[in-house]
Amino acid sequence: MAKTLAEKVWDQHVVRRGTGAEPDLLYIDLHLVHEVTSPQAFDGLRLAGRPVRRPDLTIATEDHNVPTVGIDLPIADPVSRTQVETLRRNCAEFGVRLHSMGDVEQGIVHVVGPQLGLTQPGTTVVCGDSHTSTHGAFGALAFGIGTSEVEHVLATQTLPLRPFKTMAVTITGALGPGVTAKDIILAVIAKIGTGGGQGYVLEYRGEAIEALSMEARMTVCNMSIEAGARAGMIAPDETTFAYLKDRPHAPRGADWDAAVAQWRELRTDDGATFDEEVVLDADTLTPFVTWGTNPGQGLPLSAAIPDPELIADENERVAAEKALSYMDLAPGTPLRAISVDTVFLGSCTNGRIEDLRAAAEVIRGRQVAESVRMLVVPGSMRVRAQAESEGLDQVFLAAGAEWRQAGCSMCLGMNPDQLAPGERSASTSNRNFEGRQGKGGRTHLVSPLVAAATAVRGTLSSPEDLVTAATSTDAKD
Amino acid sequence: MEPFTTHTGVGVPLRRSNVDTDQIIPAVYLKRVSRTGFEDGLFAAWRSDEHFVLNQEPYRAGSVLVAGPDFGTGSSREHAVWALGDYGFRAVISARFADIFRGNAGKQGLVAAQCEQSDIELLWKLLETEPGTEVTVDLVEKTVRAKDFTAPFVVDDYTRWRLLEGLDDIALTLRHVAVIDEFEQARPEWKPRTTPIPTAAGQH
Repeated sequence: MAKTLAEKVWDQHVVRRGTGAEPDLLYIDLHLVHEVTSPQAFDGLRLAGRPVRRPDLTIATEDHNVPTVGIDLPIADPVSRTQVETLRRNCAEFGVRLHSMGDVEQGIVHVVGPQLGLTQPGTTVVCGDSHTSTHGAFGALAFGIGTSEVEHVLATQTLPLRPFKTMAVTITGALGPGVTAKDIILAVIAKIGTGGGQGYVLEYRGEAIEALSMEARMTVCNMSIEAGARAGMIAPDETTFAYLKDRPHAPRGADWDAAVAQWRELRTDDGATFDEEVVLDADTLTPFVTWGTNPGQGLPLSAAIPDPELIADENERVAAEKALSYMDLAPGTPLRAISVDTVFLGSCTNGRIEDLRAAAEVIRGRQVAESVRMLVVPGSMRVRAQAESEGLDQVFLAAGAEWRQAGCSMCLGMNPDQLAPGERSASTSNRNFEGRQGKGGRTHLVSPLVAAATAVRGTLSSPEDLVTAATSTDAKD
Repeated sequence: MEPFTTHTGVGVPLRRSNVDTDQIIPAVYLKRVSRTGFEDGLFAAWRSDEHFVLNQEPYRAGSVLVAGPDFGTGSSREHAVWALGDYGFRAVISARFADIFRGNAGKQGLVAAQCEQSDIELLWKLLETEPGTEVTVDLVEKTVRAKDFTAPFVVDDYTRWRLLEGLDDIALTLRHVAVIDEFEQARPEWKPRTTPIPTAAGQH
């Protein structure tokens, strides 16, 4: 029978098929761990006297709580410090590999897995973190889980799960200049809604997806959860294999050949059917930004703030009114007229080397606007080192931006990098929820290119606006 | 886990859609390493608003939350379920739940009862016109009842069975440990391992 990519990976991992209402028992190839969602899981193991079944399929990093300056000092917040120290104790006690603050391999868990070559096509990957969907870019079935499930995987290396439904998200055509993977995924979320993917694995396909680099594919898959989906996937191809080859944990020699032969089979069969299909034309896409407090509330940068009174659905109308009140924005305001206090470049969505390169290209030779604070936070220490070897740190520093150490940083208000109440950001992260970047903070989600241009102009902008502003006084859209 | 068959308690109308887990409990409360005591973080940003429903009597003592669609979206934090439970909630009723939240709730004995939005609207009206009305969530019959109001709800059969019996997932899975052993032996050798750490290119 013809199968989708997701169904193939699922079937290869069924340890035991459930009968009736009982779920399947699915084997987990890779378990990523961080300090926030694991302490209670390790505690549960201790209470029950259970070991970690497969420490050799488990890896931990410190990311959510870590400061991104002064990392040689103890963490100032005692509660954050305790959480990080608890992870260190747990990893030592249970024999789990850990990359701590300052370690060359430390970074955001979803940046570290792929760069080590641990994330491989056809694997099942879980983490107590909803952005685990990132790893689906390799053709892995990767999804976020809660702490009870973290404990379950630590104890059994399996999870009881009912099969997910499948949705094809086909992106036809080609992206225009200045339009990126971030714009694709923001447009997809705006189209299907924050609940549109509930219960589904999204398979991104089509020419526009095939043309993306691995890092851009990770950006797309990363935000699948923002559409409510369990996971996002992209069939592995030559781009995937080229990225993986010679990574520290990639197979070698004859193993590599055997692996690639299997990976080539990982595509949706002709004639396989999806439960749902969505199509989007890349040619029509332009830079996309969010105006509200959920990632589905987004529009092209050339648009204006919508009028809630014109929204027919009552729930959506109320949500839009509440969002505009929280964001302190008036209907009809052009998005380009919105000024920001802070620009954040980083996170598991856009904290990889290509993101930093793209933003640096825009910033090079320009200055961050005086009213703006720009934080540049590499997704991992490896990304940081690579950027420094290319001189990108100097580009950002010369422009007046802050060059920081690796971590989740301002993506979420758990570490010192936060917005103050009422502050507004253009952020390359993934969530614009109320208070996500700090209590009372206001977030506009953007691509790295828009982030960089916004930092220079002080208002939501695309790189095009910089060129227009430099060559002509009557800037036009 | 405590078995759950039926629960009756004060219903709390939360007229909001897309209540994400950052709203249920902001990240700053996730730094604790304990499993209990998260009630102070529940809806933390809204609790400082005196008009917020949980700041009003008699909703303050509520244990059945009636929320708008897409409840529990966003972050996978199980702390959202713990915070609701620690506050005293035993059930949440919504027209749509985010998948991870629904899964987490099922592991912790919090019933995520999925009702039609039209029924939720009726329930909201009832709870607002007669504050303090008790709502019964009956997992045996799969119904929500309050005064003359009755509506069915959807919950998957396996989660329902586990909740009714109060069963622990890990113990259930460990009954199949022999099958897991067998599966592991058949896995290809080249599948990635996190340890030992490769010392240099080409060497494991």
